[in-house]
Amino acid sequence: MNNQELILKLQAMDPSLVIEEKQNLTVRVPASSLLALCRVLAADPDLQFDYLINITGTDMGTSYRMAYLLNSTVYQHCLLLHSDLDRNDDANIDSLVEIWKSANFHEREIFDLLGVKFSNHPDLRRIFLDDDWVGHPLRKDYTDEVNIVER
Amino acid sequence: MAIKVDTDHNVSPDSQEFIINMGPQHPSTHGVLRFLLKLKGETVTQIQPHCGYIHRGIEKMCEKLTYPQIIHLTDRLDYLSAHINNEAVCLLVEDALGVEVPERVKYIRTIIDELSRLASHQLWWCAFGMDLGALTTFFYGLRDREKILDIFEQTTGGRLIQSYNVPGGLMNDIHPDFQKNVKEFIKYFRKILPEYDQLLTGNVIFHNRSKGIGYMSREDIINWGVTGPSGRGSGFSCDVRKHAPYSAYDKVVFNESLEQAGDTFARYKVRIAEMWESMNIIEQLIDNIPEGDFAVKMKPIIKLPEGEYYQRVEACRGEFGVHVISDGNKYPYRVKFRSPNFINLSAIEEMARGQKIADLVAISGSLDLVIPDMDR
Repeated sequence: MNNQELILKLQAMDPSLVIEEKQNLTVRVPASSLLALCRVLAADPDLQFDYLINITGTDMGTSYRMAYLLNSTVYQHCLLLHSDLDRNDDANIDSLVEIWKSANFHEREIFDLLGVKFSNHPDLRRIFLDDDWVGHPLRKDYTDEVNIVER
Repeated sequence: MAIKVDTDHNVSPDSQEFIINMGPQHPSTHGVLRFLLKLKGETVTQIQPHCGYIHRGIEKMCEKLTYPQIIHLTDRLDYLSAHINNEAVCLLVEDALGVEVPERVKYIRTIIDELSRLASHQLWWCAFGMDLGALTTFFYGLRDREKILDIFEQTTGGRLIQSYNVPGGLMNDIHPDFQKNVKEFIKYFRKILPEYDQLLTGNVIFHNRSKGIGYMSREDIINWGVTGPSGRGSGFSCDVRKHAPYSAYDKVVFNESLEQAGDTFARYKVRIAEMWESMNIIEQLIDNIPEGDFAVKMKPIIKLPEGEYYQRVEACRGEFGVHVISDGNKYPYRVKFRSPNFINLSAIEEMARGQKIADLVAISGSLDLVIPDMDR
């Protein structure tokens, strides 16, 4: 499907979705409806997003933004999902491991470095840093007097 | 990552199961990686990869560096596909700024990409044989890889990590002998590659060690996101060079090497086939490098317009991706590297469950893990 067909299809599914045409087709999804939308995206025979390429978690200053890049190995179309979370220590979003197993390590990495929790993740532990590490380095207000040298 | 006994893995004395650490200093993990294994006799019932021993915080560092500086850090991810990682950042910057690089640059980049892939697969082949106890392969592979590294050194100045790409083109033009040396190498390696098959591919011990080991179906491999030769061994057509061509890949004819068996031996056969394909690609380009500049003039300070950019390339081990969020500054706001090894590693718990501990070595060898790439 090309971008125009994808837009029509997505709007027919849920008219409230905010869709932008950028480098990749970008859809804004509220965190509460992400899992439900992803289930449809993976199962719909016209969409078949069966391959989760990447998840990026970003500290946007006022919110945490999750960006999910999906690809269909059948149709070769790509879709970028954006989901914004309130920026606090309890930030929580549904895990997508039940749909795409490749989300497992991506989500553990984001939990480790950004401190966002994923509900229903099978094994949510820190992946790179020590279990007793204080703080989450990819947050913009993270400070570390030992390991970060300001020039 | 402190080593301590994970208390939630306690096993009762009469269950005949025990917990063992494989690594972090174990020759078959090719770096500092620790597998926590739950064993019943010699059978692996559970496996947990523990990574992060050489986590350097590269993504955090990138937030304080300019785009030309970031390129030098991507070398230090997957050091065996250093040139390809460099190219991903350069393509992203050029794409974001709307810069069209000369045809000459595209050709040279593609040739060096494929030489990198050859060198990487040679090193994989010799290390894989050694993992399974065939030490001779190590000497054969390194002997031939040396010739590629010499070509790299002559043109780029670096043997392992080149940093030859810059936004807008290349650091400098190719060495006058580059084409002659590459053609000589291809001629030489076309004779040598069948020897690799004679040494290892037909070996009965090797067949017994690799066939039916670490099986994963096509559906599973897509679901786990395993890409590169490891994914193509299960029939997952995931070659970015085919599906989203960059540089000069749309100008060459090549086959995507696919196998359907999904086991260790299939992943081996894909990589051998890829070496032949890489040589085909180089031969199509090496005599046709167009005349022209080796770089276009870029502004001294590169600022990406505000927005979000993603670039996919096919590194030696799978799909490498760079995700940049820019706020219009000369430093990126956020950089994320989608490293293929990190995701390929996650599938090992599915592949190795129920296999013997010696087969785990074969499986991790067939995934061709490079630790700095997964730890970043």
